Amino acid sequence: MKIDSIQNGIVLDHITAGKGMQIYKLLKLDNLDCSVAIIKNVNSRKMGKKDIIKIDADIDVNMDILGYVDPGVTIDIIRNEELVEKRRVHLPEKLENVLFCKNPRCITTTEQELPHVFRLTDRDNRIYRCIYCDTKTQ
Amino acid sequence: MRSLIDIAELSIEEIDELLQRAEDIIANPKKYAHACDGKKLATLFFEPSTRTRLSFEAAMYELGGNVISMASAGSSSATKGESVADTAKTVSCYADVIAMRHPKEGAPYVASINASIPVINAGDGGHNHPTQTLADLLTIYREKGRLNNLTVGFCGDLKFGRTVHSLITALSRYTGIKFVLISPDELKLPSYIKKDIIQKNNLEYVQTTDFEAVLPELDILYMTRVQRERFFNEEDYVRLKDSYILTPDKMKLAKADCSVLHPLPRVNEISVAIDNDPRACYFKQVFNGKIMRMSLILKLLEVEV
Repeated sequence: MKIDSIQNGIVLDHITAGKGMQIYKLLKLDNLDCSVAIIKNVNSRKMGKKDIIKIDADIDVNMDILGYVDPGVTIDIIRNEELVEKRRVHLPEKLENVLFCKNPRCITTTEQELPHVFRLTDRDNRIYRCIYCDTKTQ
Repeated sequence: MRSLIDIAELSIEEIDELLQRAEDIIANPKKYAHACDGKKLATLFFEPSTRTRLSFEAAMYELGGNVISMASAGSSSATKGESVADTAKTVSCYADVIAMRHPKEGAPYVASINASIPVINAGDGGHNHPTQTLADLLTIYREKGRLNNLTVGFCGDLKFGRTVHSLITALSRYTGIKFVLISPDELKLPSYIKKDIIQKNNLEYVQTTDFEAVLPELDILYMTRVQRERFFNEEDYVRLKDSYILTPDKMKLAKADCSVLHPLPRVNEISVAIDNDPRACYFKQVFNGKIMRMSLILKLLEVEV
């Protein structure tokens, strides 16, 4: 399968196979009017299979979402069809409006304008807690 | 400008400083009688409370300050849909410090990040109640002369009991603490407190439903009420409310110097006959609560005496 290379934009590489569409939705890439390609189940020496997303535009990607959903993703920055920078994502210390608190006693259930903020409390087990009520992510 | 939302925000050194100040207030009350002249405390209680509210108000009056308040949660602008953030910003224009109780967990935190004056969490849902913990710590300190090397039993509602969660958090930073957790299966201590606080600090703990078996080993017995307002289902409340009742017969099993604490109000989990037992410390706790709130107000308002 052949997909055109991109002129100026970004490539999300090393996406865990099967997570490409989830990342596409979470990053709201359907709102873009440039070319976007989701390539699924690409053969990978390191991962066996992987997904790749190519975006033919220079956009700011929410690194926190990527870090939370799939911390192994790499972001390739392309300029004039050349790879100029490779960025890695990390499990973010804080997530804002990515996760939503399910505790019915949390203040966020009655004050709709409050951002849902979670902080990383256990890196090894990838546990985040609501900053308001300390409820753990499911 | 500093607030107090969670007891964990205070270092051991700061707790020690509050305890020493409290001892000095008890020894020299006149010295502090005008410490907060001209200052105002706003008590914002969005949930019914007698003890905590009166305690804050008495604390401020004994420091020479004044108190402004709303008659009840129903009379506040919250019933018109005002946000906690707006309430905090508004009250910041009237007072020097806020004490807030709210049924929603995290509400005092939201107030603290929006207010321009210190906010004290006076209880948020089943979450935190740091000033009760300060009262508990002063009581243990005054009864035992130390906050380390103690076997501390918690009995009753360990799931929703915010006072239990806060006291465990505070005591976990001291050495030689052993926790004995006594509750029905449905009201066990949340796993995150066991894991993130007790186990993380390598503290010994025992979890049991057998109150009488563990009673003889306790230095401190912290009784709690099964709180009707924390249940979504009345049947569950009725089934669990009388799980553990401390009676004079059971007290015979306890050590001669075991101190019995309770955050109050009590329903029937401690028999009234225990009140005259010298080991009953729950009314001393009420007094200590006022003193520690005085100590805390002085610290947050940065008042030098």
